[in-house]
Amino acid sequence: MKKLVISVVLVNLLAACASEKPKETVVAPPPKQFTREVVATPAPPPPAPVVDPLNDPASILAKRSVYYPFDVAAVQDADKPAVEAHARYLGEHANRKVRLEGNCDERGSNEYNLGLGQRRADGVKKMLELGGAKSGQAESVSYGEEKPKASGHNETAWAQNRRTDLIYAK
Amino acid sequence: MLLRIVRSVVGLLLLVQASMACAVLNIEIIGAGEHQIPVSIVPLGGDEKLAQTINDVVTGDLQRSGLFRLVDPTGKSPHELAEVSYPDWQVRGAEALAIGTVAVQTNNRIEARFRLLDVVKQTELIGQAVSASGDQARAIGHRIADLIYEKLTGDKGVFSTRIAYVNRQGQKFRLIVADSDGYNEQVVLAHSEPIMSPSWSPDGSHLAYVSFETGHAAVFVQSLYTNQRMVVADFRGSNSAPAWSPDGKQLAVVLTRDGSSQIYLMRPDGSGIRRITFSGAIDTEPNFSPDGQHLLFTSDRGGSAQIYRMQIDGGPEQRLTFGEGNNFSPRHSPDGKNFVFAHLVSGKFYVAVQDFQTGQMSLLTEGGWEKKPSFAPNGKIILFASEARGRGILATVSSDGRVKQHMFTQSGDAREPVWGPNF
Repeated sequence: MKKLVISVVLVNLLAACASEKPKETVVAPPPKQFTREVVATPAPPPPAPVVDPLNDPASILAKRSVYYPFDVAAVQDADKPAVEAHARYLGEHANRKVRLEGNCDERGSNEYNLGLGQRRADGVKKMLELGGAKSGQAESVSYGEEKPKASGHNETAWAQNRRTDLIYAK
Repeated sequence: MLLRIVRSVVGLLLLVQASMACAVLNIEIIGAGEHQIPVSIVPLGGDEKLAQTINDVVTGDLQRSGLFRLVDPTGKSPHELAEVSYPDWQVRGAEALAIGTVAVQTNNRIEARFRLLDVVKQTELIGQAVSASGDQARAIGHRIADLIYEKLTGDKGVFSTRIAYVNRQGQKFRLIVADSDGYNEQVVLAHSEPIMSPSWSPDGSHLAYVSFETGHAAVFVQSLYTNQRMVVADFRGSNSAPAWSPDGKQLAVVLTRDGSSQIYLMRPDGSGIRRITFSGAIDTEPNFSPDGQHLLFTSDRGGSAQIYRMQIDGGPEQRLTFGEGNNFSPRHSPDGKNFVFAHLVSGKFYVAVQDFQTGQMSLLTEGGWEKKPSFAPNGKIILFASEARGRGILATVSSDGRVKQHMFTQSGDAREPVWGPNF
C-alpha cells in the first residue's frame, strides 16, 4: 500500500512535470453513515426520458451484424427480424445514417470476395429500404476478405468473417 | 540490346526515389529441371566486392531457374580469354563457362565485361559489356544471368524483370515493387487501409491497384517514375480488379455502380467508360489476351465461381472450367495458348493451368493456400501467393511443375504478387 501511494505521488509529480497540470489532491471518501429508512409514499415518477432505442442494449437494434453461410449473400431468417427493426428505426429517424460493411471468409479470390461482400451489404441495404429507410440513409461497401475479424483457416474463424456490419454514423 | 539495358537501368534508378526498404530474403528451392545444363561461373576479376555481389546474383538466378547445374570453379580463375584452358573445364564436366572482369569507371558507373564460352566446342558464345550506375551491381548480375539463360536455353531471361506485391503487417499495408528475386524492395504506397490487385502497365511505367483509403475500394493508377497517382474509378460501392490492355490504352475494371460486380472498359485516366458485361452475377478479375481481343474473367453466373472468356467487342461468353470445385484469378500465358488460375477444391487452393485448345486442366502444385498466379514474361515460371510457417509468402513454380521455390520476406504477409513485364 505504501509503495502504491509513493508511486501514485510519483506519477502525479511526473504528470505535473510533463504537462504543468495543477496538482490533484487525493481526498479519502467520506465514511459511510447509517441512515434510517423512511417509508413514505413514492413521489410521482419523473417523465420517462426519451431514450434512443439504438442505445438500449436490450433492444433488438443492439444487434449490428448479419451472418451468412459460405458463398451466400441473402440475409438469413435468423437475422431478418434485426434487419427489419433497423429498417423501421431508420424510417422513424430520417436524420440517422448507417454504413453497411460486407465481409467474407478467405475461400475465394479477394476480388471475387470483394464482389460477394458488396452483394451482402447491398442485400441488407435493399431490406432496409424496403422496410422503411429512405434512399441515402444507408451506404453499402465491401471489404471482401481484406479485414478478417478472426484469423485461421477454419470454420470457426470463417463463420465470424462472413458478415455484414451495420455501423451508424455518430 | 544495349539500349534496352540502359533504359531498364534508368528505370531502376528513378524508382529509388520511392522510400527504400532493405529486406533479407530466405529462398528455398524444391525440385530440379529434367535436363540441367552444367555451367561454371568464375567470379569476375577486378573489384572484389562488386565481383562477389554480381557472382551471388548470377549463380542465385541460374540455380533458382532449376535449369542449370553449377560446376564449382574452385582452383581456376581465368578472367581473360587467353587464360582459359578448355580441358580444365571439360574434366569438371562443365559445358559452358562464364568469365570476365568488373571495374568502377571514372564516371562512377560499374562496367562488367563478360564472356560466355562453349567448353565443348571451345568457342565464344557471348562477349559483352554490361554497365549500370554505381549502386546497381545486382542489376548487372541479373543482366548477365539473363544473357547466359537466353543463350543456353533459347528462352528469354526474366531475371532483370520486377515483381509487385502487397505486404500486410497487422493493420499496415505496403505496395511493394522488387527485383524478380525479391531483393531491392521499393515501397510504392503504405497505408493503414487495405491495398490489393496491383497490375503493371505493359511498359512497366505504371501500376494500377485498388486502395481502400477513401473508405471503400477505389482504383488508382500510379507512375513508378514520379510516384504521381490519380484515382481513376471511385464510384459508389466497389471499384476494383484493374487490368491493362496489351497496348496500354485501356483498363478493364470492375464496378458495382450499376448493381452487382460487372466489367467495364475505360482509358487509363478514367475517361470513356463503358460497360461490357451484363450478367447481374459477379463478373470480376478480367485479364486481356496477348492479342487484346479477348478477356478471361471469373464469374458465378452459373451458380459457382468459374472461369469464362469473352470477346472485347461483345461476342458470346464461353465457360471454360467445369467439374468439381471453384476457379478464380485467370491469367493468360504470354503466348496465349493456355491460362493459369487458382483452383479451389476440398478446402485447398492449387495453382492450375488449362490449355485453350484441349480444355485439359493440370495442377502444378500440391495444394494449400495458393492464390493469384501470374506468368513471368517468358512463360516459363509462375509467381503466386502461398503460405508457409503460418506466414503469407511469395512462391514460384516452373510452368512444367518441376521446380518450386519459396521466398520469405523479412516480416509480415506477402500477398497479391504479380510479375512485371520485360521492357
